[in-house]
Amino acid sequence: MDKVIVAEQLTKQFGHFTAVDHISFEVERGEIFGFLGANGAGKTTAMRMLCGLSLPTSGKARVAGFDIATQTELVKQNIGYMSQKFALYDELTVAENIRLYAGIYDVPKNDIQIRTHELLQRLGFESERNTFVHSLPLGWKQKLAFSVAIIHQPRIVFLDEPTGGVDPVTRRQFWEMIYEATDRGITAFVTTHYMDEAEYCNRVSVMVDGKIAAMDSPAQLRKDFNAKTMDDVFHQLARNASRKAE
Amino acid sequence: MISCSAIRKNYGKIPALNNISFEVQKGEIFGLIGPDGAGKTTFFRILTTLILADEGSATVNGYDVVRSYESVRKCVGYMPGRFSLYQDLTVAENLEFFATVFNTSIQENYDLIRDIYQQIEPFKHRRAGKLSGGMKQKLALSCALIHKPTVLFLDEPTTGVDPVSRKEFWGMLKRLQHQGITILVSTPYMDEAGLCDRIALIQRGSFLSIDTPAGIVAGFRKRLFSVHSQSMSQLLKDLRGLAFVESCYAFGDSHHITLKEQANTITSESIQLQLHQMGHQHVVVREIQAGIEDCFMELSNQ
Repeated sequence: MDKVIVAEQLTKQFGHFTAVDHISFEVERGEIFGFLGANGAGKTTAMRMLCGLSLPTSGKARVAGFDIATQTELVKQNIGYMSQKFALYDELTVAENIRLYAGIYDVPKNDIQIRTHELLQRLGFESERNTFVHSLPLGWKQKLAFSVAIIHQPRIVFLDEPTGGVDPVTRRQFWEMIYEATDRGITAFVTTHYMDEAEYCNRVSVMVDGKIAAMDSPAQLRKDFNAKTMDDVFHQLARNASRKAE
Repeated sequence: MISCSAIRKNYGKIPALNNISFEVQKGEIFGLIGPDGAGKTTFFRILTTLILADEGSATVNGYDVVRSYESVRKCVGYMPGRFSLYQDLTVAENLEFFATVFNTSIQENYDLIRDIYQQIEPFKHRRAGKLSGGMKQKLALSCALIHKPTVLFLDEPTTGVDPVSRKEFWGMLKRLQHQGITILVSTPYMDEAGLCDRIALIQRGSFLSIDTPAGIVAGFRKRLFSVHSQSMSQLLKDLRGLAFVESCYAFGDSHHITLKEQANTITSESIQLQLHQMGHQHVVVREIQAGIEDCFMELSNQ
């Protein structure tokens, strides 16, 4: 089986505080993996380690085949990342944003033109090539941001609350883009506060107080917790968290 | 308590608010429901006298937001979407500062904030900039309440907040409502709409609808079905290919479809049969009542 993430006893301590407490899990190629948890449960810290931005205190993990402690640069080159808070440069045009990201990710020069063309065509954005990103509608920005995050064809893309504040139609169109990408073999690692979106994942994990409190398919979790919705599952798990104030 | 008439605001050539009129009654929790960029923040800033509308007029607690802006400022509490307390002051210093600016003291109105402030009081000597998201939110709400406002404006207080903390926050709002405070709150989360007395759905600077949550749901005229099968992504494609289906969107563990007007002979059973013939297994089709999110999507498509 082709595993894109293998985490074993991954742990991060800040002084006496254990932000991420011995988490172990695996994510397979082409999977949509939902990474849920209350604010302060340790999601961001775990995600930063998996992206090669922060070293674990103990434990280990391999992402896209590379060790997150000893091969951080290779990890960064082989993943994509997108968040709702920041994804594109507003003061650059659509084509400039694509060129910038492709350049950062070392896409060969000859390929950049071809991929830019393909991308614009697939999104139906050819006429917006020279439009500044700040004047694009939000839904278009989302699509462009996701597309540039995977311009270097990474094995896995990390999506950090990609749909926060987005209108309901655009939110769903965004998920359809995730499906298309995973159909092409890209793995998606997603955080979200929308519990209906948890249902769109193949598997989800729920973090509570730095640990993974539950991990399975949404249907199985609903069954195990005797719950009608993932929202209900989440409440059952997270309401007893001791790190509530966070 | 709040009254607006034909408010219009442009940023350059881009219209931010387009002919907004509405009223909020005393003691109401009124929700402004819509995505980023819909105009929610612009609207809040006009009502809290921070910017001027291009056209139209508004009053808050009977005071005109232009002519009597000083009176408006004294009687409103405003919690902006972006954390805007003093990061270098401690929790206690921030609260003290806001109390003093409004010529009152923490002791005088402590009753109003007790529930909320007690949760962060153990950290009162911590700098505000070092607080977690949930604690910042509670401090911001305490500061917005410390001068005992009659109207509270909350701009996306729950954005980026997990579902459990969101529920707690709404519990706090209900308790404030019982103390007689009128609340105008905006949110991009459609599931919070049901917690408001009345809501306005807003998109691209216009109100799509204003009503009670039940009234908005009752206004949904189309027939709506929820559909589930073994293979949800194939199901989405197949449903969109059916001649009688008007719209089809994923809704958690099922898809919601609306039917074209002329498709009045279609039933759950006939949809089920058709999907079986297309090779779908474990098909469950139910005719359902619309939720707020269905209504929003339907109205924004018109």
